[in-house]
Amino acid sequence: MPDGFEPKIVAFFCNWCTYLAADLAGTSRMKYAPNIRVIRTMCSGRLDPQFVLYALANGADGVLIGGCHPGDCHYQEGNYKTLRRYHLLKRLLKEYGIEEERVRLEWISAAEADKLRTAVNQLVEKVRALGPLRWCAPVEVREPSEVTLQ
Amino acid sequence: MTNTKPKVAFYWCASCGGCEEAVVDLAEKILDVVAAVDIVFWPVALDFKLKDVEAMADSSIVATFLNGAIRTSEQEEMAHLLRRKSQMLIAFGACSHLGGIPGLGNLWDRASIFHRAYQESPSTVNPEGTVPQPSCPQNGHPLTLPVFFDTVRSLDQVVEVDYYLPGCAPPAGLLAKAVQALLSGNLPPKGSVLAGDKALCEECPRKDSRPEKLTLKEFKRPHQVLIDPEKCMMAQNLICMGPATRGGCEARCINGNMPCTGCFGPTDNVRDYGGKALSAIASIIDSTDPAEIDSILAKIPDPVGLLYRYSLPASLLHRKKLEAA
Repeated sequence: MPDGFEPKIVAFFCNWCTYLAADLAGTSRMKYAPNIRVIRTMCSGRLDPQFVLYALANGADGVLIGGCHPGDCHYQEGNYKTLRRYHLLKRLLKEYGIEEERVRLEWISAAEADKLRTAVNQLVEKVRALGPLRWCAPVEVREPSEVTLQ
Repeated sequence: MTNTKPKVAFYWCASCGGCEEAVVDLAEKILDVVAAVDIVFWPVALDFKLKDVEAMADSSIVATFLNGAIRTSEQEEMAHLLRRKSQMLIAFGACSHLGGIPGLGNLWDRASIFHRAYQESPSTVNPEGTVPQPSCPQNGHPLTLPVFFDTVRSLDQVVEVDYYLPGCAPPAGLLAKAVQALLSGNLPPKGSVLAGDKALCEECPRKDSRPEKLTLKEFKRPHQVLIDPEKCMMAQNLICMGPATRGGCEARCINGNMPCTGCFGPTDNVRDYGGKALSAIASIIDSTDPAEIDSILAKIPDPVGLLYRYSLPASLLHRKKLEAA
């Protein structure tokens, strides 16, 4: 593992539960690994698998997906759709040669700031141990739309 | 006599030859094409040589239809040459458009493909373990072969492409329309895919039999079902790529009573075909229990082969991770 590797994690949190848990963690002055970049979606079900693939293809070392607990989805069953897609997505990533631990789905309610802290810290440590993903297009493939996550 | 008809070329790279058949499938319409244009290069059917193309003035060919993906240095060189000689370069067929079936080679690399093809496969007898080399001396002279790349690419990952004709192979009707559009000068914006922009389900003859809310407890493969020729494929537990796939093929496979496999690729607003198809397929699973979801998904033994059958090189991740050399 290279020295000083800090994992870049893109986090997709749903508006009604996990994002509020992140807010609560903030107002409670909880400390957790600063490696995540949070993107808020209205529902975890809004998370198009393309978003995860895009993040990994463009510099993210891991992805955290946060949604409401089963049965608690603001839109009734958006999180179940996320769950089904997540299971197929993990198998897809495995075929691409990407360790499945890099992508993690957690149900975190608005009250569970502590669970959020644990989930973030655990994922960051896991990815730190795995090392950088360093996914970049093969030498012969370059796309003008490529961006680097900073 | 000077020939003033517009010049057109056809070429093939990593492909099966099916796209060449699509040209021949124009049947008697090909006579109209030949009457209207001058075919200056078409190695599969007419005897022209590389030097003939090299001798042409730059941009002297009005349109080149190139089918096949790019996987060798020779194909890359031809793509660059034809790009230079052509005003318009058209990616013809799924391989050229998205990487196609040869693109599934991106789950491996040169070393593993050579190992399988020249050593491991049961019918191979190769005790010396000879594999193709880009250059080897023979009686004091070097013999050369094109370099075989680790990664298969779609045409637009190598050179600029003006238009795309999707499909495996593109239907003759789409080709005829494209030729007409090129000749009339009535062209859509550069970079367009020359087919509709609606999902196949929209034009599917079975669309009315699709249930309002579709949920499945089990996926089946076509050989496990006696397929009802009237009913929506998905409603018969078959995985049909129609919801995620661009229409314009006149539902050829559906009319042949087989589910769509996605050769037309994504619609304009989708960047990664497999990601979108994954979304559509996984969300209809009728279960909320992780273990049960896994057992239902176990019927999909090869997610990449299903979701990126024609588009692995053009996907966001392009290929399986290459081990660091």
